[in-house]
Amino acid sequence: MRRNRLPVVVLLIVVSMSTDVCAASPFELKSVKIDLPDSDRMFPAGPGADTINNNCLACHSAGMVLNQPSLSKQAWTAAVDKMINNYKAPVAPENVGAIVEYLTVLKGAK
Amino acid sequence: MTTAFPQKGAMILQRTRPPLLETPFEVFDKGVFTPNGQFYVRWHWALIPTEIDIDKFSLTVRGHVNQTLSLSLHDILRGLPSVQLSAVNQCSGNSRGFFQPRVPGGEWANGAMGNALWTGVRLKDVLDKAGVKPGAVQVRFKGLDEPVVADAPHFMKSLEIDHARDGEVMIAYAMNGEQLPLVNGFPLRLVVPGWYATYWVKMLNDIEVLDQPDTNYWTKVAYTIPDTPHASIKPGQTGVKMIPINKMVPRSFVTNISSGSKVSAAAPTTLRGIAFGGDCGVASVDFSIDRGQTWHQAQLGKDEGKYGFRQWQTQLTLPAPGAYGLLIRCTNSNGVAQPDTQNWNPAGFMRNVIESTDVIAL
Repeated sequence: MRRNRLPVVVLLIVVSMSTDVCAASPFELKSVKIDLPDSDRMFPAGPGADTINNNCLACHSAGMVLNQPSLSKQAWTAAVDKMINNYKAPVAPENVGAIVEYLTVLKGAK
Repeated sequence: MTTAFPQKGAMILQRTRPPLLETPFEVFDKGVFTPNGQFYVRWHWALIPTEIDIDKFSLTVRGHVNQTLSLSLHDILRGLPSVQLSAVNQCSGNSRGFFQPRVPGGEWANGAMGNALWTGVRLKDVLDKAGVKPGAVQVRFKGLDEPVVADAPHFMKSLEIDHARDGEVMIAYAMNGEQLPLVNGFPLRLVVPGWYATYWVKMLNDIEVLDQPDTNYWTKVAYTIPDTPHASIKPGQTGVKMIPINKMVPRSFVTNISSGSKVSAAAPTTLRGIAFGGDCGVASVDFSIDRGQTWHQAQLGKDEGKYGFRQWQTQLTLPAPGAYGLLIRCTNSNGVAQPDTQNWNPAGFMRNVIESTDVIAL
């Protein structure tokens, strides 16, 4: 009895393997590990630069902000308020004015 | 331009973290399928897993269902029928940088879009496996990315239950025959053919069937458009009803000649490009060299699927030296044509005006 077992097991493995191959899509995924680049770009020097660097760069790098068109002080206020109210940026109320002022000087409507 | 992102080639850098990478426009001249290595990238939150172990990843299906599921990638790739579809993935704010007056946001040119052949499983099959209970109204999707600030709203999007079960919405594990680059949503990405990319949730790991309409920030507040023709309002206009952005609209582009190019007068010029219908196929692509007074049909290339890019080509002769605006207009199979005036809304969404390629004939 014992001697007969092995071939049966081998046969089952072969059958199950071939079923798997036939029934399945051939696509295989491979695990991925990467490093995403970071940015050490800071907001350019000027009044309020330290405040914006300290308050804004935790959530996003500076690039997109520096790519913005010239916007009115009202529009910059709305943008900063959106970061605080909608995206929960932890900006202390006393720092909001300096950030808006910095952005308006850097990228204000001409 | 940057080549710093793993699994990606040369990309226009809009932002490093969270990544916003734009496809250089010349890529679109090479064919209707956008290579994975140059497919645009857009993330909302900076905490993006950089390591995915395919043996540990699981997709949860929960909520208003008979049976909560935790599906391994093996379950998905081997346990469900695979389907394929080519479809355009376009950011709601593609071309925002051309809005006049300018609006804040990712200042994309026209490269926040791409077309891929997506391979995956039907969302319907996954939902059926869990068993959607009567009374389900929407399905909400969430990925592995997380906000840096703990109480900020996790990125989630929802679809109506009938849309989710239409048999076209797909959970893709491959694009253009390869696994997705991590920054394009590896290992699983929702594919919502004909709809803006905000719904195409990346690194999808959580599906929740809802018995109440979704009120989360990203569905209800963000990504909304004026409920007006072309989602267009006047700058400063208030009191407009806002609705979630949804189906895409037709667009077309010249890809072999850029604005500012010089071409020969009184000699044939080959003009080539891509078009897409938005939420349906391309019926025709027409061009005009006389500011839209007369239009002529271009030849359409092979149809690779109604939701994908369609190449078009024509030969034209600019009769005399001078400046010309070459206008291209796509009409989709629902009879919707690109408008000749640009839309405007404060978020910079849904631009699809007839584009002009300005050339000098010598």
